[in-house]
Amino acid sequence: MKVIVPVKRVIDYNDKVRVKADQVGVDLANVKMSMNPFDEIGVEEAVRLREKGKATEVIAVSIGPQQAQETIRTALAMGADRGILVKVDGDVEPLAVAKILKAICEAEQPGLVILGKQAIDDDSNQTGQMLAALLGWPQATFAHTLEMGDGSAKVEREIDGGLQTVEIKLPAIVTTDLRLNEPRYASLPNIMKAKKKPIDEKSPADYGVDVAPRLKVLKVAEPPKRQAGVKVKTAAELIDKLKNEAGVI
Amino acid sequence: MASLVIAEHDNRNLKDATAKTVAAATQLGAPVHVLVAGNDCGGVAEAASKLAGVEKVLVADDAIYARMVAETMEALILSLAGSYDAILAPATTNGKNYMPRVAAKLDVPQISEILAVVSPDTFNRPIYAGNAIQTVQAAPGKKIITVRTTGFKAAEGAGSAQIEKVAAAGDTGISKFVGEELSKSERPELTSAKIIISGGRGMQSGDNFHLLDKIADKLHAAVGASRAAVDAGFVPNDYQVGQTGKVVAPELYIAVGISGAIQHLAGMKDSKVIAAVNKDEEAPIFQVADYGLVADLFKAIPEMEEELTRLGY
Repeated sequence: MKVIVPVKRVIDYNDKVRVKADQVGVDLANVKMSMNPFDEIGVEEAVRLREKGKATEVIAVSIGPQQAQETIRTALAMGADRGILVKVDGDVEPLAVAKILKAICEAEQPGLVILGKQAIDDDSNQTGQMLAALLGWPQATFAHTLEMGDGSAKVEREIDGGLQTVEIKLPAIVTTDLRLNEPRYASLPNIMKAKKKPIDEKSPADYGVDVAPRLKVLKVAEPPKRQAGVKVKTAAELIDKLKNEAGVI
Repeated sequence: MASLVIAEHDNRNLKDATAKTVAAATQLGAPVHVLVAGNDCGGVAEAASKLAGVEKVLVADDAIYARMVAETMEALILSLAGSYDAILAPATTNGKNYMPRVAAKLDVPQISEILAVVSPDTFNRPIYAGNAIQTVQAAPGKKIITVRTTGFKAAEGAGSAQIEKVAAAGDTGISKFVGEELSKSERPELTSAKIIISGGRGMQSGDNFHLLDKIADKLHAAVGASRAAVDAGFVPNDYQVGQTGKVVAPELYIAVGISGAIQHLAGMKDSKVIAAVNKDEEAPIFQVADYGLVADLFKAIPEMEEELTRLGY
């Protein structure tokens, strides 16, 4: 069984995000770019499946600029077998990403696609679900644990009230939540090995997908700032302020 | 044409998230209908019919909707989509699960987690964990929207809408609900509580959360946690407040032993009043707190409890 893991290049989660002065977007110059952390969890899960003999090949796919190749290399260094880079400059909306991934799935016939539940740049939380719908496949989003069965998978999902278990028929879509696993660090020998693994370069036109945005971004602004308040000296004073000044208890 | 709101409920109670999503839908200017998909959910439909601004409640009452499985919800919503200009769901784990499927099948983009309706086709939504706010305009055509409920004030219970049954749209058979492990608590839910007290890594263990429980009991508060506390295994995942957990905006948020990582702030910085207890004077949480107490929480929290008892809480 092949497993496809889509990976997105985003501003590193440790870097500070700055809104551009002209309010057209955020500043992408002079920031560190990394793999979306939820996608890293997806790559780790796929590689573990192959190590356990449940998967035969792990294919990392990225849709983005030429530099997204580095993100694919990171996945290859973690243990993915080969990569596909679909080159696009500018923002691609989740629906267009899902359409490209659908075409790739039709060509590669994977048993499982493991995506991050959301990318930490646009926070959309859509692509996996959209891909599942376009393919007519079942989905298990926000995965906490994943257990492969015979022609099916049992997935524990993180939901608002706790955990929910679903069983989905393969082929299927899984999206990762934080606690599915702890991604490994790539070792130096594996980083060197990854340089020799193949990456196919494609364009959206190869898949017949129009990636023009459908939503118009009118503005990107800073959120309202909160001011730091006062320091109190004792627990009793804190209770007093909450009761008599703020009136919230 | 009208707007359709997908109700959030547990087959017995209509969740507050629905009333807030109705409030968002009302701002689109068109009549608002609510779809209650569930099993044995007549009481929920009744409650939805009383929300101000709701003109009609559609009920799909069938065992296949008992758990709002995404694949069956997709089929049901699509069977009704033709009559609506806009379809809205709260950005709960349910809404996030089924709505993008609907959008993809209708070949329209989804607008996720709107914070405000600027005009009927223009919305504000957070990106980068709320470090930037994007204003987006939808193209003409159907709009699929999820609503960040902290951005809207719940519609009140003054309405009297008609209730109409709709047919189930069938089961796909590709996905099956197996079981659920829900946290049991007598306390209010995190997303609708007026007061929340949350613990972080500074709590040091799950057992120590009982210190927070005692305060929560006195204030009728919900108990939450930072990602660090959940990752450390102190409390279950459904306690997590933050960018990837629950987004909350209570009247009062008390952060205990939480440093204030960006991803935690993203989930609580719209709270009306924030109080923080932390022994590290430099902790970023103090930059957003209205009231900060630099102290050892293991001394300060029992003192707060004592003071509350003294005041008759």
